[in-house]
Amino acid sequence: MNFTLFLTVLLTGITFVGLVVVLAGWLAPRSFNKQKLEAYECGIPTRGSSWAQFHVGYYLFAILFLMFDVETMFLFPWATIAKSLGTGGLVAVLFFLVILILGLAYAWRKGALAWK
Amino acid sequence: MFDFTKVTNWIDALLLSFLPGWAATLVECVLVALVIITLYAVFAIILIYMERKICAFFQCRLGPNRVGKWGSIQVLADVLKMLTKEIIDMKNVDRLLHKMAPFLVIVASMLTFACLPWNKGAGVIDFNIGIFFFLAAGSIGVVGILLAGWSSNNKYALIGAMRSGAQIISYEVSIGLVMLTMIVLTGTMSFSEICQQQADLGWNIFRGHIPAALAFIVYLIAGNAECNRGPFDMPEAESELTAGYHVEYSGMHFGFYYLAEYLNLFICAGIASTIFLGGWAPLHIWGLDGFNHVMDYIPGAVWMVGKTFFVVFLLMWIRWTFPRLRIDQLLALEWKYLMPLSLVLLVVMALCVSLGLTF
Repeated sequence: MNFTLFLTVLLTGITFVGLVVVLAGWLAPRSFNKQKLEAYECGIPTRGSSWAQFHVGYYLFAILFLMFDVETMFLFPWATIAKSLGTGGLVAVLFFLVILILGLAYAWRKGALAWK
Repeated sequence: MFDFTKVTNWIDALLLSFLPGWAATLVECVLVALVIITLYAVFAIILIYMERKICAFFQCRLGPNRVGKWGSIQVLADVLKMLTKEIIDMKNVDRLLHKMAPFLVIVASMLTFACLPWNKGAGVIDFNIGIFFFLAAGSIGVVGILLAGWSSNNKYALIGAMRSGAQIISYEVSIGLVMLTMIVLTGTMSFSEICQQQADLGWNIFRGHIPAALAFIVYLIAGNAECNRGPFDMPEAESELTAGYHVEYSGMHFGFYYLAEYLNLFICAGIASTIFLGGWAPLHIWGLDGFNHVMDYIPGAVWMVGKTFFVVFLLMWIRWTFPRLRIDQLLALEWKYLMPLSLVLLVVMALCVSLGLTF
């Protein structure tokens, strides 16, 4: 039943957007104007495409995010049974967390967290 | 506490009495879809009105006060206006991705919206891995934002999308860790079970005392950043980037981003009230039986919505009080302060739980 509901909500979202776009297309007036289709940047014509290379800093944070998010994902199964595992489980997970924190410390030391 | 499954079971039995099984399921799915869309739209309208009024009062203005009594149907008028605006296909955009992006944003926020437990037995999507599902579904939204910025072929949109992407994924790490902290305390990931536990044993923020209270604060900051709001609205810093990633969207396409932004705020507050403040669980004070008994008479849905709007008000207060952060400050706040803090909180909470120091 849960999976049916999940599909229902997914389809609801898609249908909702689709229907409203169709409704808006049906209600809204249409006009044609050559200038209207230009990119909204500033008064003068746009220079070049925006599909260009981008600041590498963002990429660095994306990599860091990937590292930490995947590692947090591994912690979820432990977290649900942390109470029954008790101190032994905590010590085992602390090793894992220390590696995680060392990774952060390494990135910090290397200056990956400083925005340049 | 009133159990909402009585209502759903009654509807189920009623439908099965004159329909075959598959048709009854179909009708139920359509009902769920209608309820979700209605709630989604109604909460969006209430939130937008609330934000405009609150922002006005914080700035000593009146806010909308012309359309309807106290401007109460201003938002409906805005929706009508947006519906009658042309959806423009710009010359240089990537058509497919440009049209796909609003779908992703709305689907992500609707999936997370459906996770909220409204009352005992009234959650729509209630997986046993609820919190995990919530995090997974919520992160689809950032794909929509990045697509919107990239497909627009506009420099402002691209910069806005990149900032937004960096910000959302950074703060997601903190949100994940804070939720882990609370999972360690509750021992379950299902939203309904978390609420049931809080109804029996007391709200999580009291059960987990210091680590839980700190986790709540971290969650509020990170959640505010996740919604691209408050002091963290770099992606759409209107004085620098016009409107950020949705600058090339017009009419209802823009409306979807607006809608998703407010609903994300509501969902963020809803999850905060579910995980920390007890969800639909009424306020109980140990030892005061008469008081507790009176509190039990207030329906769960009222508690849930009331707490959620309380948190929403807090977030709006923060938004209209603090000045905007720079991108380097924003990333430093997350990676150098919030993330180490939430890692420490996780360890402290695990220690408290294994030593039996929680209530």
